Amino acid sequence: MTPTRKRRLIAVLLILAGVGVASTIAFYSLQQNMLYFQSPSELAQQPIPPGRQFRLGGLVKPGSVQREGESLTTHFVVTDGPEEVTVEYVGTLPDLFREGQGVIARGALEESGMFAASEVLAKHDENYMPPEVADALKESGHVSMQSKDEG
Amino acid sequence: MIPELGQVALIGALLIALIMGTLPLIGASSGNQRLMKIGQTGAIAQFLLILTSFVILTWAFIVQDFSVEYVARNSNYQLPMQYRFSAVWGSHEGSLLLWELILCMWTFAVALFSKNLPDDFRARTLAVLGWVSAGFLLFVIFTSNPFGRLIPQAADGLDLNPLLQDPGLIIHPPMLYMGYVGFSVSFAFAVAALLGQQVTRDWVRWSRPWTHVAWAFLTLGIALGSWWAYYELGWGGWWFWDPVENASFMPWIVGTALIHSQAVTEKRGTFRNWTLILAITTFSLCLLGTFLVRSGVLTSVHAFASDPTRGVFILTYLAVVVGGSLLLFAIRAPAMVQGSNFAGVSRETLLLINNLLLVVMAAMVLTGTLYPLLLDALDAGKISVGPPYFGTLFALLLVPIAVLLPLGFYSRWQEDSLGRLLRELLVPGIAALIGGLATAFLLPKAGSWGIAGVAGAFWIMTSCLRYYRQRVSAGRGRRPSRGETGMILAHFGVGLFLIGASLTNAVSSEKHLRMVAGDSFELAGYNFVFEGTRGVRGPNYVADEGEFIVYKAGKRVTSLYPQKRRYANGQVMTEAALDPGLTRDLYVGLGEALNDQGTAWAVRLYHKPFIRFIWIGALLMMAGGFLAATDRRYRRSVTARSENPVADANLAEATA
Amino acid sequence: MIGRLLPVIIFLALGILLAVGLKIADHKTEIPSPLIGKQMPEFTLPVLGQPEVMVAHDELIGTPFLLNVWASWCVTCRVEHPVIEELAKSGLIRVVGLNYRDEEADAQAWLARFGNPYELNIADISGRTAIDFGVYAAPESFLVDPNGTIVFKQIGAVTPEIIKEEIVPRVMEWRRAP
Repeated sequence: MTPTRKRRLIAVLLILAGVGVASTIAFYSLQQNMLYFQSPSELAQQPIPPGRQFRLGGLVKPGSVQREGESLTTHFVVTDGPEEVTVEYVGTLPDLFREGQGVIARGALEESGMFAASEVLAKHDENYMPPEVADALKESGHVSMQSKDEG
Repeated sequence: MIPELGQVALIGALLIALIMGTLPLIGASSGNQRLMKIGQTGAIAQFLLILTSFVILTWAFIVQDFSVEYVARNSNYQLPMQYRFSAVWGSHEGSLLLWELILCMWTFAVALFSKNLPDDFRARTLAVLGWVSAGFLLFVIFTSNPFGRLIPQAADGLDLNPLLQDPGLIIHPPMLYMGYVGFSVSFAFAVAALLGQQVTRDWVRWSRPWTHVAWAFLTLGIALGSWWAYYELGWGGWWFWDPVENASFMPWIVGTALIHSQAVTEKRGTFRNWTLILAITTFSLCLLGTFLVRSGVLTSVHAFASDPTRGVFILTYLAVVVGGSLLLFAIRAPAMVQGSNFAGVSRETLLLINNLLLVVMAAMVLTGTLYPLLLDALDAGKISVGPPYFGTLFALLLVPIAVLLPLGFYSRWQEDSLGRLLRELLVPGIAALIGGLATAFLLPKAGSWGIAGVAGAFWIMTSCLRYYRQRVSAGRGRRPSRGETGMILAHFGVGLFLIGASLTNAVSSEKHLRMVAGDSFELAGYNFVFEGTRGVRGPNYVADEGEFIVYKAGKRVTSLYPQKRRYANGQVMTEAALDPGLTRDLYVGLGEALNDQGTAWAVRLYHKPFIRFIWIGALLMMAGGFLAATDRRYRRSVTARSENPVADANLAEATA
Repeated sequence: MIGRLLPVIIFLALGILLAVGLKIADHKTEIPSPLIGKQMPEFTLPVLGQPEVMVAHDELIGTPFLLNVWASWCVTCRVEHPVIEELAKSGLIRVVGLNYRDEEADAQAWLARFGNPYELNIADISGRTAIDFGVYAAPESFLVDPNGTIVFKQIGAVTPEIIKEEIVPRVMEWRRAP
């Protein structure tokens, strides 16, 4: 085997080895950092053991948001219609968080069945308008889009 | 009536783009000068039409014409004037029109500044850009028309998403698109070269300044996005590995590999196929990114409203553009160059390793971004991939890159000796050691990654300075060219970025707590005193404004006024208050009122050292890119005498 | 030669993945509806404009209908409205409106202005019934079969394509069954 070919072979082997190592590390890291997503109904059908991190998504049930005194702890219920889960979160809630709105919480179930959230995200899709629009528009004395007609 | 004119202009531009895409190609292969010239006239005409269309949409926003549905959805009577401009690209349809405008600008620039290119090559390049534009215009006209009417007219608009009512968002999308779309030029150059079988050294030389400028803009765009997210979203983070962010980062990574590969092809004549593939891949990733964030395939907190119809369209567009060019590559790519061997230790080898590492990095980000989709398609559940995956792998890959970077500077082409290299790097090595030890002692919280990062940064930055000094005092009567200075500047920026990125997360302090007026909290040596809140009014919002006075060692450092705003459309926004500094940022955000009287508040306090290094480093990278693009040798004409006969011989032999 | 074809092959694989992803995205939502195949939730709500007249969910069982969640403050509802009107006019299926978190005066004005294709409009002022349906925002629509089972949910505006692909086939099937 000529020196050039030998060098090329070594180079190819090194590259393959490198790619192999990188892929293994990547795959392992992927598995470790995957977070499953469940709605309350899916959770009811396929329970997740306590302690395992996952993301819970649904609507914030109106009337369910309760702050513990003046602390940073909040309890609320996430529902998707048929099923619901109680969530506890310590910290400041995102701006878009409100009752009747969509929410995604990351955390794990506790033994008690309550979901302890370490992160709460509220989603906003530009095609939907939060119902609070009309309320706020009227509050600020602003003219609402549809209710005021010009001739 | 006028908005309809905007629509007509779009259709007109489409027709021109189609003409531009076909006739010059015929002209190029038949040598017909008149047909080839159509490329340039087409570029000018297209640009004028799209500009008209864009101006009409902007005008509709300025005069607040709510009979145009897009205007009604993204603006209202109280929107301040400067945001009426940026509202034009506030959501999907308008941002696509901006994309198209910038594409036409680049095409126009190519038509203007390509006097030194051979006619047939220039014609083909413009033709390719014409096709890219035509596809995009089809997409806009049929699925994302911003000029649709709302009948009956709305009394007032919905309002621009308050998140977007911000100076950062006035320039972030345009700069990002300048980069994103700019890579279409190096793409067009690559395809044109393949079509005409002109993969020569000249081709790369023409390509380089365009690539540099596009890359610099993309760097700027990404940095702006990161900085904007940091101060606007109010949570202290600067990068989230969100699919939308990844969509812009992947082209940047591959674009960086492209720049390095072009250097090798220009100087040595090798790596041509790498350069071609990288040029195609970079732009493909730009299109892929556009697809990912607008089609609904991936859900992201930041994504545009999803619409599968649009997704089908973009995917088809992607398939045609990318699939077509890759097929062209498979068929027409030049053969491997013989006799261009380089030794195991040489600049070529180092840059080859660089290419590989960067490609692996991009592949890793792509995998993480698409993995949820793959699992969903296989019905294996809905998942999301957490930031630690990206962060850890990115850091791991950055290690070999950072270590080898200075070797790249000093190494010689074709053959070098490891011993010589290591001797050159003795001083940077010592600097790295000092940096690492200093970090370990002065910033114990930094952790091993922090120490490694600072050591790596010192390693890189010292090499840059030393190399620059050597080149300046080279005594050959020649100062370093702009290309070289730009390169050194950009790599120095990498070092600064590395310091910021490695340290800031590890060394930052953060506290969420309840505060009432009079409370104070000590964080990282700074004393934050809460003086209470009061109500304030803005042009289109009302807000609770808190007052915080910050002391250090008894002396007053600054006052911060974070706000909790409520906009006309009901949306609530946090406006964090920042005290920026070179070595540290102080940051306060108001959470929510904890009682009905509004006397107790949930508050977030942050101390973020070294975070500005991230963006300053990125700005230096950008500056280096722009500087390198202005190098005099790019403006030499085609017939100038070559300065590298070896490279020319290589290429001549291969393309024969 | 294989080396040169590799990029195309990789791209093809990627393209297939993305195309499949799009197909899923068509009916995908981050939060799939758990109500498909289940009985519609129980409710008793007043008729819009006639608060003393209550309608219970079981009164609606028997003939299939499309429950369209709308509101006067919802812009997309306005864009969707002509499609709903066409659907109602075609006689294919009856359309029942669920007025979501709205004010009666505003809702009536909206209907007067844009047309009222609904056979019946019930008012869910608090939005609690909508939550039971898993409604995130307006517009959303539910296709309910003659037995009161929810067979399809549309998030966002109903389009002619949705009518053609999801509503017409099912209605035809129900008509065929005795």
